[in-house]
Amino acid sequence: MNDPQKRKSSALAKRIIPCLDVKNGRVVKGVNFVDLVDAGDPVQIAAAYARAGADELVYLDITASVEKRPAMLEIVAKTAEQVFIPLTVGGGIRKLSDISDLLKAGADKVSMNTSAVENPSLIREASREFGAQCIITAIDAKKTAPGKWEVYTYGGRKATGIDVIYWAKKTVELGSGEILLTSMDKDGTQSGFDIELTAAVSEAVSVPVIASGGAGELIHLKDALDKGKADAVLAASIFHFGKFSITETKKYLRENNIPVRI
Amino acid sequence: MSPSITVIDYGLGNIRSVSKALALAGGDVRISAEIKKIESSDGIVLPGVGAFGKGMENLKKAGLIKVINSQIEAGKPCLGICLGLQMLFSVSEEHGSSPGMDIIKGKVKLFRNDLKIPHMGWNKVKFQNSPTGESGMFEGIADESYFYFVHSYYVSPEDAALVSSTTDYGDEFASSVVKDNLWAVQFHPEKSGKDGLRIMKNFIARCGGKNE
Repeated sequence: MNDPQKRKSSALAKRIIPCLDVKNGRVVKGVNFVDLVDAGDPVQIAAAYARAGADELVYLDITASVEKRPAMLEIVAKTAEQVFIPLTVGGGIRKLSDISDLLKAGADKVSMNTSAVENPSLIREASREFGAQCIITAIDAKKTAPGKWEVYTYGGRKATGIDVIYWAKKTVELGSGEILLTSMDKDGTQSGFDIELTAAVSEAVSVPVIASGGAGELIHLKDALDKGKADAVLAASIFHFGKFSITETKKYLRENNIPVRI
Repeated sequence: MSPSITVIDYGLGNIRSVSKALALAGGDVRISAEIKKIESSDGIVLPGVGAFGKGMENLKKAGLIKVINSQIEAGKPCLGICLGLQMLFSVSEEHGSSPGMDIIKGKVKLFRNDLKIPHMGWNKVKFQNSPTGESGMFEGIADESYFYFVHSYYVSPEDAALVSSTTDYGDEFASSVVKDNLWAVQFHPEKSGKDGLRIMKNFIARCGGKNE
């Protein structure tokens, strides 16, 4: 494992994943695409991204009230009818039946953050029931010291005292098939991913890691994928506001020797 | 008329996506575990994501193994996807040793290299044994196109002539097999964008529908 000579290579492409924040069934802030009739409709946006060459999609449900949550199931079902790339749904998932409802509606994976920290057995049970491949643990990480990060929950509002590397390993032990890692220090800054954090987590676990938080330029994505050893990158605003298209992103990555699907 | 396609429902896997993709490809799709419906359809699809043992157990409980065997033997077009491919094989290493349906001789093995598991994401599919043309599995698709994979185990058929494509994940493995009218793929055509939909169309054509 530590001998770089022995590490085998693969043609597996690095994944580019746009993330849509959905509130009460609508995409927050909208998306700046020319061919959209309704810039707030998650299904239309998802279909446009799939056509543009996105490798997967994430819906993050930031609906505050529990009563309005079922709107997401309807959106997922509509998306599954016309979008034929993998779809992950995160936000507000508390119990096994939430997961089973989303998977039945057509989601391929679910992502859990606060509920995984507060109830780790949910990850274990979900993985046993539905398979590790569809269980993602989302980790919000904040730097506390050089080479040290702390896990936060409740959308970054609550410090847990848990070490990120410890938690990443633990969630894989519990049955997570993938980790969605967000740097809270970098999120929203567009100043680049936390490469050190991404590499530390990616090296610590045996499952794929999706890097998130900080994408502003194409070189940031490249750095997260090569220096940060991430398997995929998640981004929102750089794609939504048309700063870069999926195609030009992938061309850039390919020119820089990152394997991507074009 | 669109060919009737039964997607076999044995309680595992993303049946909805598979059905929608087949319908978009021109199939008259129904989701069922009823033997009569399976027997009367023009083609059958065995989807699946998840554990091998659980999948086999569910097929047994639903009394479906015999009908799947007899339909394939009779030459009805059948498409196995992911776990639906693996269960066609003799035996899997999952949980020691689990018997499969033994329709294709060979083993299902765990990846043993230092790459990440599951093998998850888009990878290249390299054609073997000319699987294109005349409603072949990959008709209309370029060699080395990308398809979406999610799996930790891979199939290793005894007869290498059955392998219709390979994929490199540390080691080269069989990413699809063809045995007469039985097509089976390790990747997910229902999640592989337009090339995935083209495989669905090719399958529908094999079931008696029209291809473009």
